[in-house]
Amino acid sequence: MSYIIEGRTGPWEIVVGLEVHAQVISNSKLFSGAATAFGAEPNSQVSFVDAAFPGMLPVLNREAVAQAVRTGLGLNAHINMVSRFDRKNYFYADLPSGYQISQYEHPIVGAGTIEITLADGSTRQIGVTRLHLEQDAGKSLHDQHPTKSYIDLNRAGVALMEIVSEPDIRSPEEAGAYVRELRLIMLYLRTCDGNMEEGSLRADVNVSVRKHGESYRTRCEIKNVNSVRFVMQAIEVEALRQIEIWEAGGTVQQETRLFDPNRGETRSMRSKEDAHDYRYFPDPDLLPLVLDEAWVDGMKSALIELPAMKRARYKTELGLSNYEAWTIVDDPEKAATFEALLMTGLEAKFCANAVLGVISRKVNEESITFGLIPTIHGGSFFSNLTEIMRAQVTNAISANSVSAIIMSTPLDAPISQVRAMIKEREQVSDTSAIEAAVDAMLAANAAKVEDYRAGNVKLFGFFVGQVMKAMAGKGNPGLVNEVLKARLG
Amino acid sequence: MFDLTLAQARDGLRKRDFSARELTDAYLGAVAALNPKLNAYLLVTEAQARAQADAADAALARGEAANLTGIPLAIKDLFCTKGVRTTAGSRILEHFVPPYESTVTANLLRDGAVFLGKVNLDEFAMGSSNMTSAYGPVANPWTRRGDNRPLVPGGSSGGSAAAVAARLALGATATDTGGSIRQPAAFCGIAGIKPTYGRCSRWGIVAFASSLDQAGPIARTVEDCAIMLRSMAGFDPKDSTSADLAVPDYQAACHRSVKGLRIGVPKEYRSEGMAPEIEAMWQQGLAWLRDQGADIVDVSLPHTKYALPAYYIVAPAEASSNLARYDGVRFSSRTDGGDLTELYENSRAAGFGAEVQRRVLIGTYVLSAGYYDAYYIRAQKIRALILKDFTDVFRTVDALVTPTAPSAAFGQGEKMDDPVTMYLNDVFTGPANMSGIPGLSVPAGLDSQGLPLGLQVLGKPFDEETVFAVGAAIERASGFSALPGIRAGVAA
Repeated sequence: MSYIIEGRTGPWEIVVGLEVHAQVISNSKLFSGAATAFGAEPNSQVSFVDAAFPGMLPVLNREAVAQAVRTGLGLNAHINMVSRFDRKNYFYADLPSGYQISQYEHPIVGAGTIEITLADGSTRQIGVTRLHLEQDAGKSLHDQHPTKSYIDLNRAGVALMEIVSEPDIRSPEEAGAYVRELRLIMLYLRTCDGNMEEGSLRADVNVSVRKHGESYRTRCEIKNVNSVRFVMQAIEVEALRQIEIWEAGGTVQQETRLFDPNRGETRSMRSKEDAHDYRYFPDPDLLPLVLDEAWVDGMKSALIELPAMKRARYKTELGLSNYEAWTIVDDPEKAATFEALLMTGLEAKFCANAVLGVISRKVNEESITFGLIPTIHGGSFFSNLTEIMRAQVTNAISANSVSAIIMSTPLDAPISQVRAMIKEREQVSDTSAIEAAVDAMLAANAAKVEDYRAGNVKLFGFFVGQVMKAMAGKGNPGLVNEVLKARLG
Repeated sequence: MFDLTLAQARDGLRKRDFSARELTDAYLGAVAALNPKLNAYLLVTEAQARAQADAADAALARGEAANLTGIPLAIKDLFCTKGVRTTAGSRILEHFVPPYESTVTANLLRDGAVFLGKVNLDEFAMGSSNMTSAYGPVANPWTRRGDNRPLVPGGSSGGSAAAVAARLALGATATDTGGSIRQPAAFCGIAGIKPTYGRCSRWGIVAFASSLDQAGPIARTVEDCAIMLRSMAGFDPKDSTSADLAVPDYQAACHRSVKGLRIGVPKEYRSEGMAPEIEAMWQQGLAWLRDQGADIVDVSLPHTKYALPAYYIVAPAEASSNLARYDGVRFSSRTDGGDLTELYENSRAAGFGAEVQRRVLIGTYVLSAGYYDAYYIRAQKIRALILKDFTDVFRTVDALVTPTAPSAAFGQGEKMDDPVTMYLNDVFTGPANMSGIPGLSVPAGLDSQGLPLGLQVLGKPFDEETVFAVGAAIERASGFSALPGIRAGVAA
C-alpha cells in the first residue's frame, strides 16, 4: 500500500531519510574517562578532556567501538576494518574544543539494512547508508537567567552512534516502523537504551516530496525530533507544507527546520546560506581506527538473536500467533521472561498467554518491570510462578485459579504459602463425586432439564454453573462438562 | 659551578661535591641577575625549586639518586605545570594555572629534576625568533663581535635556548613543530634534539600542530640532551600517538663510534643562495665525520622544495582548530561582548597576537569548503612523498647531515616585514617534522661575526641513538668551546 498525498495538481509521493543519533551504552565517554549517567548534577561528569583544557588529548574508548561494531552487525552491515576520526569545526558555548570529533569520510560501519513490517503485514527493506561514532555536545540552558546562558558539560563527549538511512522511506508509517525496529535492535544488543525522553535516541528527518516517477526534489531537514509519534507527525506536516509551496508555483528551499509538536508545524531554523562550513579534517590527535579481524569475528559469533529472528522463531517453531510474537518481542524484558518460562518446560502458547495476560497484570499491579520477573527475591517469585502454572498443566487447578493465585501471591511469598493456596483451590477430578453433584443438581432442576431437552440449549451454562457452585468452584470444569453432556444425552 | 655540564653536575651531586640546594641557589641567583637582560624566564618558581632541591638532597643522602636528581632545569611555558601558571606565550592564557602536570614534566620530576621556572617562547610556539611572545622578546646571550645590538635567540623555544646558553639552567624542555628546538639551539650555540614523533608524550603540552609537535631537550652538550631525553621520553597511554617502545640508553649511544656509518648529504639542501659560511661549516662537519671513519654519500630528497609550503598549510590548519578552544568561555581571558559571537571575537582579538591571528586565518582558509582539496589534501600528499623520500634514502644511509638553519642569529626586528622571510628559517628543519623523523642540532663553529652555527643530524624513525652518535662525533671533532658574552659566572 503506497502512501500518497492528493494535492490539487495530483498525487504526491514523499521521500524520507532518517539520521538517528543513538547514545551508546558505555560507562565512560567516547574519548575520556568521565562518567555518563543521566541526571547527574550539572558539570559533575566532566574531565579536563571534555572541557578542552590546553594540552588535553582524546583517547578512544574501546567499549564504545565494540558497541558500534555490535550495532553494525545487528544491522547486517559491512564493518569497516579501518575507519578514521575527523574534526567538525564550529564555535558554540557548549562545544568546549570548538570542534566535534566525528567520522566524516570513513565511518566504522558501512551499508546495511533494516526490515520493517507495516500494519497490513507487508515488509520492506530500508537501506542503512552508514553508522559512525561521534561525540555529543554539552547542553546550553537558556532559561535559567534573564541574560545569561548556563552550560552543562555532563553530556559533552558522550559517545553517539549516528545511523543514516537511505532515502528509502515512503510514508510516516514506514518512518515510525523504521525507528521502532532500529530502537528495538539496539535494545536487544544493549548498545543504546532507546530512551527518547532522556534524549538517548533522537532523529533528524529529511523530507522531500515528488510526483510519481520523478527524481528527488529539494529536501528539508527537521532536526532533533525526539519521539516516534513526532517523527511521523513531522513528516506529514512537512510534506503538506512542501506540496503547498510546489503547487503554488514556488520552490522549496533547502534548509534546517524544527518541529513544534504543540502547533503541529515545522519552522525554519537556518537556511542553506547560513549553513556552517565545518572544515572537516582528520583529527591529528587520533590514529586511524584499525579493527582486529578476530575481535570482530568474535563479536559476530557472540551476536544475540535479533528481534526479526526471534519473531520468526516464535511463530514457526513455537506456534505463537503473529500478534503474540510481535507483542512479546517488542519488549525485550517480556521476551526474556517468556523464554525463562519456556526453559522450565512449560508449553509455549501457555507461556505466551501468561506473559501477555496475568504476568503483565501482576507487573502493573506491583509496579515493577518485566525484567525483574525472573530474578526478583532471588528468583523465588519466578519459582512460585512456575509452580502455580504447572498446577494448571497437571489439572490440579483451573486457569481462573492460576490467575487468582498469581495475583494474590505477594512477590516474596514462601513456596509453602503458594502450595497451600494451590491445595485450597485444587479441583475435584473424582468422577463419582462429580456424577453425584450433577445428578443432585439435575434432580433439583427438573423443570429446566425439560426445557433444555425441548431445545433451550443455552441452559447448559446454567447447569455447569450450578454444579460448580455446589462443588465450591473446585470441580474440574472439563469433567463437569463431560458428565453433564452424558447425562443430558 | 656554572662551567659544569649537566653530566658533570650530576656526577658532582652524586659525589656530594656540592648539594642540590647549592646548585639550585646558584642558578636562581644567576637568573635573578641576568634575566632582566634576556627576558628568558617568564616566571621563576623559587620556593618550589628550593623545595625540590632539598628533596633531591634528601634522596641523594639516602643514596637514591635518579637520572636527574637535583638538576635545575627551565621549562618551556608550553608545558602545563600543575599549580604553576602556563601562558604559551599568549595574552589569552595570561591567568591560566593548570590543575595537571604534563607527562614530560611529570617524567622529569619523577626522575628528581628541579624546575627553576617557566621560560619564554613565541606565542603558541608560532615563530622562529621569539618576537611573537606576548611577554616581550628574548635576547640571545650572543651578540655580533663589536656590536651590542640584541639578536634573537631563534624560536619558538627561544627562552629555553637563551636560558641554557646563558647558563641560567643546566637544560631546558622545548618543543619542535617546524624547527623550534633545533633552530634556537643553533642560534645559541648549544645542542637540542627533536626526537621521533611519538617518542615523547604530547599530553599536557599546549598544542600548536598536533601531527608535528614533539617535545625534546635543549642542553649544552649532545650528551646532556641524551641524559634529559632518557627521562622525557616514553610511552603514554594518554597520548594516542605515543609510541609504545622501550627508551634506549641514549647516553651510551653518544660514545658509539661513527666508523663505517653511511652519512647522506641531501643535494636538495644545497640551495642556490646558501650563505658561503653555512656551506663551509657543512663541509667541515662532513670532513670531521669522514676523518672518524664514516662514509659520506650524496643522496637525493627530491620533494624537499615542497616541504616548506606544505608545512605552512598543515601547521596552520591544525592550529586553527587546536586554538578554537581559546574562546573566552572557560580558562582563557575574556573580553565581553553583546552576544556569544561578539564575546568570541573580542576575546580572541584581544587575546591573540598578530602572528597567531595570521596562522588561524590561513588555517581556516585552507580547510574551507572549496579549498580543502587544493590545499590541505595536496599538502598531505606532499607530506607522504617527503616521508617516502626519507624512507628511500634511509635504505642506503644511516643518517643525514645538513645545516640547521640558513643563517646565524639575526637582529631583533629583522626579517619582520614579510612573514615568508621568517618562515624560511624552517627550510632545513621542517621536513623532519613533516616526516616525523628525529633531528638534532649540534654547534659546529662560529661565523665571521662570532656567532654560532649549528649542523643538523637527521636519523631513521626511533633511531635517536645513531643521531646522538653522529652528533656527538661532530661535537668532539669541533671542540666547540666558545661562550656567549652574557652568561652566568662572568661579571657583566
